[in-house]
Amino acid sequence: MYDAPTPRHSDVQETHEIKIAARDVQVFYGSTHAIKDVDVDIEDKTVTAFIGPSGCGKSTFLRCLNRMNDTIDVARVEGDIRLDGEDIYDPDIDPVQLRARVGMVFQKPNPFPKSIYDNVAYGPKIHGLATTKADLDEIVERSLRRAALWDEAKDRLDAPGTGLSGGQQQRLCIARAVATEPEVLLMDEPCSALDPIATGQVEELIEELRRDYSVVIVTHSMQQAARVSQKTAFFHLGNLVEYGETGKIFTNPEDPRTESYITGRIG
Amino acid sequence: MTDTTPDSGAGPRPINATTDAVRKSLSRRNRKQLILQGLGIAAISFAMLMLVILIGSLVSTGYQAFTQTHVELEVYVDPDEISEDNLPRGGFRDVLSDSMGQYFPDVDMSDRVAAREVSSILSNGAQFTLRDRIVADPSLIGETITLNVPVSDPYDQLAKGLVKRDTPEANRRLDDAAIERFDRLDELGMVSKPLNTGLITNADSRFPELAGLKGALVGSFWALLTCFLISFPLGIGAAIYLEEFAPKNRVSDFIEVNINNLAAVPSVVFGLLALAVFINWFGLPRSAPFVGGLTLALMTLPTIIIATRAALKAVPPSIREAALGVGASKHQVVFQHVLPLAMPGILTGTIIGLAQALGETAPLLLIGMNAFITSAPTSPFDSATALPTQIFIWADSPERGFVSRTSAAILVLLTFLIFMNAIAIYLRNKFERKW
Repeated sequence: MYDAPTPRHSDVQETHEIKIAARDVQVFYGSTHAIKDVDVDIEDKTVTAFIGPSGCGKSTFLRCLNRMNDTIDVARVEGDIRLDGEDIYDPDIDPVQLRARVGMVFQKPNPFPKSIYDNVAYGPKIHGLATTKADLDEIVERSLRRAALWDEAKDRLDAPGTGLSGGQQQRLCIARAVATEPEVLLMDEPCSALDPIATGQVEELIEELRRDYSVVIVTHSMQQAARVSQKTAFFHLGNLVEYGETGKIFTNPEDPRTESYITGRIG
Repeated sequence: MTDTTPDSGAGPRPINATTDAVRKSLSRRNRKQLILQGLGIAAISFAMLMLVILIGSLVSTGYQAFTQTHVELEVYVDPDEISEDNLPRGGFRDVLSDSMGQYFPDVDMSDRVAAREVSSILSNGAQFTLRDRIVADPSLIGETITLNVPVSDPYDQLAKGLVKRDTPEANRRLDDAAIERFDRLDELGMVSKPLNTGLITNADSRFPELAGLKGALVGSFWALLTCFLISFPLGIGAAIYLEEFAPKNRVSDFIEVNINNLAAVPSVVFGLLALAVFINWFGLPRSAPFVGGLTLALMTLPTIIIATRAALKAVPPSIREAALGVGASKHQVVFQHVLPLAMPGILTGTIIGLAQALGETAPLLLIGMNAFITSAPTSPFDSATALPTQIFIWADSPERGFVSRTSAAILVLLTFLIFMNAIAIYLRNKFERKW
């Protein structure tokens, strides 16, 4: 299942270091077995897309990577997930510290009901990344620039983040996530609430972010997966069916279920 | 010639059949909606009518208590009766009696019975008004001063038209001679009916014309302050723990069920509990607003916990996820994001809980806050009454003057309740946020 890049595809793929290695991951919601035996290696400086029909477990798996499932009482995660070789479910690892390294952008834009500035500055503030106001200002500007929101927001940093348009709100959430300088950025259907123009902007942004981060994106849109990702994982009924180069998954899938899904027969 | 074959005009027929069916059911559905609307309007109208009747009857009996009949007397402060060395003692009553005598030259004021009848126009409190005035300025001894004092209750009733002059003398509280005397004072222009500030500035009294709500207002203030200071932090703390931190298991379920039950426990039970625990066991003073506040806090606590939990639950999970996602710890999520967003709901619930506590009577009766106390408390540990218990005491009093005062006190209590609810609505609208 773990195909090496094949010369057939036009994307020129360089091999990257493995950022997150997941082995034999199981997730249970109460008695429901939501994720079964998932093994996956997520590479650094790469966009990895998780695709699959609704309820297939791709979001659940994504939320394992920064231990967001910890907040759900009935959820139980088994297996081994390593970030740079370190077990993130080790009792010595504090999820707070982990989430500073593995940022997350959610499906629905969810800015805090605070000013644009405070939204971006919140993470650096609580982690003590800035000692002076000037440092904080710089982090805010850099993050907003990186999220391609600076030009629109620089004159109204004190305006509430909730007053922005949907696409701007999502870019604000991306700025908030990158402000803590994470190593991995998880995006759970970041464009599902956005119009095509805002979606295009966020996709460009993802391409930019790939230079510095490992990006994992869950998406329902196969076109989006094909556009933005280098690696694609197809989930079905809690199983990781197929994982490989995006080009190969979409043009020459190995598993018949993958083929059915991308051609629209299941889903 | 009629076409009876069923399948002529094949095309539009099925559509017509559907629209017919829809039309038929439509009129039925519309009728049901009209009935429902009608019932709703009827219910609202009934409730409004009852409210109007309630307020109307309170105002119509209570408005009389907002004025108080006074007489203005020329009083010669006789140095034979009142001497500077002997203050605050002295024959103030006799001085007033002599003063009244000058307006009734035909009455022999040396006859004690006649003198007492004439003086009965004045409130019993008049001598204290005079005394306070002389004590404040002893140089008035030997002078003639003008004194404006309340009249006693029967004459106040007469001035307000509540003693009917045409009822037979035997069935009347004032005989013809008494009415004639009062009318003479009225003709002399000595009688006035100013706003009854005593209703707010006086403490309770056996005499209706002197009785006021000061003791009850101060008592209610101390009790509510105590109640707020205890139930607000405790309630919010308990709610935050239960909603955000407590593991969901049988113990927390059990606690939740019990809190919901506590909110429904009759208030008199809390009064008995307070009597047994706070007064008999802890030995706290009886009738004290502090104990009243503790008792009311017991009642308010479940209300605040339930309101706070509902407000915390109403904060969208996306906000929690957002904060967790950037690496906020649990307590940072709660205190920096969830709690501020829940605050309007919490404040609304708290104020409504306090408004309930303000009107609560039964538990206060049990801890002795229905005592007859003629001075306002100076601390939360002094004996006092509260607004609802004061209403209870006045409603129970036989003097006619207390009838209107009871209604007036209820209006004062309702004013405070409306004020508190208005604050709750204001806070809710001010801090309500959209996300």
